[in-house]
Amino acid sequence: MSAVPRPGRLSTPATAEYWRAAADGHLLIQRCLHCGHKQLYPRTLCTRCWSAELGWQETVGTGSVRTFTVIEVPGHPAWREEAPYLIALVELDEGPCLLAGVLGSDPYRVAVGQRVRFVADSGGDPAGPLPFFARDEP
Amino acid sequence: MTLHGSCAVTGVAEIPPRRTTRGQTTLGLIGRLAAAAVADAGLEPSDVDGLLVGPQVGETPQHVPATVAEYLGLEPRYGDVVDLGGAAGPGMIWRAAAAIRAGMCDTVLCVLANTRDPDNVPRSPNRNPIREFEVPYGASGANQAYAMAAARHMADFGTTAEQLASVPVFERRNAGLNPDAVFHGKDIAVEDVLSSPMIAWPLRRLEIVMPCGGGAAAVVQRADPARRAPHCPVLLLGAGEKLTHRSLSQAPELTTTPLAAAIATSYDMAGVQANDVDVFSLYDCYSIMLALTLEDAGLCRKGDVGPWMADQDFSSTGNFPVNPHGGQLACGQADLAGGMCHLVEAVRQLRGEAGARQVTDAELALVTGNGATLGEEVAIVLGAAG
Repeated sequence: MSAVPRPGRLSTPATAEYWRAAADGHLLIQRCLHCGHKQLYPRTLCTRCWSAELGWQETVGTGSVRTFTVIEVPGHPAWREEAPYLIALVELDEGPCLLAGVLGSDPYRVAVGQRVRFVADSGGDPAGPLPFFARDEP
Repeated sequence: MTLHGSCAVTGVAEIPPRRTTRGQTTLGLIGRLAAAAVADAGLEPSDVDGLLVGPQVGETPQHVPATVAEYLGLEPRYGDVVDLGGAAGPGMIWRAAAAIRAGMCDTVLCVLANTRDPDNVPRSPNRNPIREFEVPYGASGANQAYAMAAARHMADFGTTAEQLASVPVFERRNAGLNPDAVFHGKDIAVEDVLSSPMIAWPLRRLEIVMPCGGGAAAVVQRADPARRAPHCPVLLLGAGEKLTHRSLSQAPELTTTPLAAAIATSYDMAGVQANDVDVFSLYDCYSIMLALTLEDAGLCRKGDVGPWMADQDFSSTGNFPVNPHGGQLACGQADLAGGMCHLVEAVRQLRGEAGARQVTDAELALVTGNGATLGEEVAIVLGAAG
C-alpha cells in the first residue's frame, strides 16, 4: 500500500444519486426534462437551457475512447504504486463525455476510437466502486 | 469604444524563474517587481492608482488586492484579481486598458508572482467538479490533460513524438541568447527529449515546463505621445479572450483551443493578420501547447504543425521568431507569472531592447496566455509606438 492516502470522495445533493447508482452497477446521465439535453457530470441545471428540471437516464454503458493517456508519474503521490495506468475521455453512445479509468492488463493497448464498456470497480480504492471502463472486445 | 491603440505598456519588470525562492515571500517578490516596473516606466509609486493581482498570493488567499495595496503603501482607485491561470498576464493588460478607458484610473500596476519551495509544494484544496469526478481516477494535475490533447492530435493528424519533441529543442536553442533562462546554454536534441522519462504518454519530462518561483509585472497607462518616459511605449492594439471549460472532459474540441477565437478577435481589433506579426511570444507550458497555438494563430493549417515546424526557423533571425527568450520550456514557469513573462519579452522586443536576441525591425507582437487545461485563453497584439 502507498504511504500517502488517497483524497476522500466528494458528493453533493445533485450528484449523490449518480454515485449511488454507479456503485450498484448502473451508469446514469442527466437528461433535461425541458429541452432533452443530456449531460455529465451531473449539475443543478441544464447547461443548454438552464432549466433546473432534470431527470436521470440509465445508459447502455458503451462508448468510445475520445482520447487517452497512460500515467507513468501520477500527479498525486497516492497513485504512485498503481502506475502505469490508463485514463481516458470516454464519449458515451448517448453523447455525454466523462474522464474515467480503463481497466485491463496492458495500459498501452488502446487507441482513439477504442470501444469500451462500463464496469463498476473500486480501482483499488477502499472508498468503494466508481464508474470504470473495460475494453469492449468480441 | 475600442481598446485599439488607446493604452500602452510603459513599464515592465521580471524576477526570472528559479527552482527555489527559499526565504522569500510572495508579497516581498511583488514589492521588488512593483518598484522595478514603476521605475522602468519613469514613474513614482504615488502615480499608481490601479492594481491588478493574481489569486493564490501565498500568504493571503483572500482580499488579495487590498493586502497587496496595503503592503505596497498604495491607495488605488481600482483593484481586482485576475484569475485566468497562465492567461492572467495578458488578461490583466486589456483589463487595465479597459479600466483606464472607462475613466476609473490612470496608471495600473499588473503584477504576478509566487514563491516556490520544492520540498513543500502545496496541494490544491479544491472541492470542485474536477476534484469530485476526476481526481478519484488518479487524474490529478495538468500533465494528464495536455497528454490527452497531444494523443488526440497524434491520432487525428499523424503528428509524431519526434515532431512534438522539436519544440523544447528549438526553445532551448533560443535560450542560448538569454542568460536569465534556467536552461541557458543547455541545448538538447530530439533524442534527448525522446529518452527523457515518460510522465504521461505521449508527454516526456523535457516537453513539460519546469515549475519555478519568480514573477513579472507591467505598468499600463493611456497612450500619450507627449509623455516623457525612459522607454518607448508599447501600444495595446488588440485583445481577445475565450473561456470554455475547466476540465478537458468538458472541452468542446480537443485539437482546436479557445485561443483560435481569442487570437482571431485580437487580430481583428488590431487590424492585422498572422503574416504581419514580427514576434510571436506564445504560451508554452507543454510542447503540445505551443504546437496547438501555432496552428490556432494561423501560421499553418490545422493538423499540419508537425511537418510544418520542421521547415521553419523560430530563432530571432528566423522566418517566424517564436519565443526568442526561450519561452517557459527553457526559462521555467514562475507559476501564474508564466504568461506575464511572454508579455515582458514582447515589450523588450518592441522597444528594441532585447540585446543579442533582438528581432530586426520588430514592430508587431502577438502574446498568448493559456490557463487550466486549454480552457481559459487570452491573446493580445502589441505594437511599437515609434
